[in-house]
Amino acid sequence: MSSALWIILIASLVGISCALLGTLLVLKRMSMLGDAISHSILPGLALAFLLSGSRSPLPMFLGAASLGVFTAYITDTLHRYGKLQEDASIGVTFTWLFAVGVILISLFAGQVDLDQDCVLYGEIAFAPLDILTWGETNIGPRSFWILLSVTLANILFVTLSFHRLALTCFDKGLARSVGVSTGFWHYILMTFVSLTIVASFESVGAILVVAMLVVPANAAYLIARSLSEMFLIAVGISILSSVGGYYLAEAFDASIAAAIALVAGGCLIFTVTAVKLIESGRARLREGYDGQAGAPTSYET
Amino acid sequence: MNEFLSFWTFSDPTVRWVVLGALCLGFSAGLLGCFAFLRKQALLGDALAHAALPGVTTAFLLTYSRSPFIILTGAAVSCFLGIWSIEYLVRHTKIKEDSALAIVLSLFFALGIFQLTYIQKLGVASQAGLDRLLFGQAASLVRSDVIALTWVSLALMICIGTFFYRFKLVCFDRQLAISIGIRVKLYDALLAVALVLSIAIGLQLVGVVLMAAILVTPAAAARYWSNSLTKILLLAGVFGALSGIMGAYVSYLAPRMPTGPWIVVAVTAIFVASLLFAPERGVLSRVLKRAKLRVRINEENLLRTFYKLREEGIGAEVFVEPRQILEHRNMHIRDLESGLSRLVQDKDLVSYAGKYRLTKTGLERATRLTRIHRLWEVYLSQKIQISADHVHEDAEEIEHIITPELEQRLLEELNFPREDPHGRAIPSLEEK
Repeated sequence: MSSALWIILIASLVGISCALLGTLLVLKRMSMLGDAISHSILPGLALAFLLSGSRSPLPMFLGAASLGVFTAYITDTLHRYGKLQEDASIGVTFTWLFAVGVILISLFAGQVDLDQDCVLYGEIAFAPLDILTWGETNIGPRSFWILLSVTLANILFVTLSFHRLALTCFDKGLARSVGVSTGFWHYILMTFVSLTIVASFESVGAILVVAMLVVPANAAYLIARSLSEMFLIAVGISILSSVGGYYLAEAFDASIAAAIALVAGGCLIFTVTAVKLIESGRARLREGYDGQAGAPTSYET
Repeated sequence: MNEFLSFWTFSDPTVRWVVLGALCLGFSAGLLGCFAFLRKQALLGDALAHAALPGVTTAFLLTYSRSPFIILTGAAVSCFLGIWSIEYLVRHTKIKEDSALAIVLSLFFALGIFQLTYIQKLGVASQAGLDRLLFGQAASLVRSDVIALTWVSLALMICIGTFFYRFKLVCFDRQLAISIGIRVKLYDALLAVALVLSIAIGLQLVGVVLMAAILVTPAAAARYWSNSLTKILLLAGVFGALSGIMGAYVSYLAPRMPTGPWIVVAVTAIFVASLLFAPERGVLSRVLKRAKLRVRINEENLLRTFYKLREEGIGAEVFVEPRQILEHRNMHIRDLESGLSRLVQDKDLVSYAGKYRLTKTGLERATRLTRIHRLWEVYLSQKIQISADHVHEDAEEIEHIITPELEQRLLEELNFPREDPHGRAIPSLEEK
């Protein structure tokens, strides 16, 4: 299997996971918290590398998940007990954690297998080189397997908890009154978001993950008529962006992750324009009907 | 050891310029960030800082120059495009504000990174410093950079100073501003320009990724110390400047380390200190106040119980035993013991052989509290029509915070009632 195919496949897996979780974040108006977590898991990762001395996935996931929950928790505490306004709580928390992460990486540059650039935009181009072997057979890049498991976990999560998630998204009051704990589902979601971010980390970097979380989901938001539709459209758009982004990056010899984000952005712009055109088209049609003589515009009919 | 101290002698001219730059940038970013913070636009600063990147990279691609003014212009243009995009998305599509911020943040930044990686592959020598814009690098600030940036900072601060009163009104009492004829849209635009410029300046110090911190954190820290806008602005500026120097110091000790994260760590430390130790609004101060309040409430509850016992004939001449108090009021043994000893200390009670009795002052206090409690019960039942068995809990809470003025008004309002809804007598003022 060629490198290009592996890269596109890996990027699509990132896209699928992010689209699913991003849909939930967008609906709960928590896009910026997703952005915050993508920054703040950095010290968790650095510590995981330092303490475990390896790149094995388990410590990384533990580090990321705990930092993700920690961020959500600190933000909440600052807001509730520190009496700090919500946006500033998020801002202060994640910038500090990210700064600590960058410092750790610079200080222990030798021992931590991350560098600043990788943090920002990943090195998906190198993914096909990091191959796992089972006995004698080459079974594909490491990040592919990690992302496959994470994507499957996300799909399971979303399918099995579909109704609960829908409830906590759209009607918190009702959720609480029927005994669905909004707090629990909030932190579970944050945990899955953190895990997805760390899995995507190596491929697209911390900051561009935000694009994959937010942009396809918002494009879907504009045209979907139900939650399941929104999930499906978001997934579709992100797969499209992965494919398109790869070839865009090829053309300019630039960062693949950034290119994928840009293509997703293009899809969003396209959707916004299309929706606007359709809306104004409909409005003009309506005007047309009203303007015609004899058209039913009043109760007389 | 020498290195640690030599920085502070400022004998090295590079150090002088870096410190001056850090001071000015830190101060102006801290100050301008206040407006974003107070208008609840903290994350807007973050989004705009990320949105500045493509402006800088495009400016570079067009001019191949890294002069601070080019960078500044590029960043500013990009920021304005970012503001416009956010407005457009929020106003003309279904997309919500937080999503609009995240979209603009990530897409503009992606474009910037795309261009940056493209530029890096070009291998043009002059691009070497562009990536310091990501995390900041105070050490590479040269004299011309600092002079340019300082002028811009000064201009911004003069602008804020001149229109200070109007900015204040536009931010905090828009209706009043509109009604006295101030053109709020103009000042909104000016503030947006100031924010954008401060971001464009701060980029060089802390970099794109951490800009949000230097805008928000000094302001958040300053907020704990004062309610006055002027004081908050000044404090935020000072905090920003202090963090800037801290960053410059670290940059001096370890030139290859990015400055931005150290500045953020410094300013967050200041924030945490403010959060905990600021008088009035700090956490420690609030915890202490609440503890003191709890102690006072405990004492007052005890005094009322003494009064009630007196009404039943106990404690007027005879001393009251603690267990008799417990029969009347359900409270923790520790609260009882500490409350009793404090009341003895305050001379509201006198004790003898483990039993207690009200003193004259204690009786006065207890009488007043009971009067307020029963007056409030009358108020609730007469004026708010709450039934008699529901008024007690509310009165239990209110009795501790009614002032003498309120007490007088209650008496007048209710026409000097004699009895509470439970039939108990309300001690009048003459009784004392």
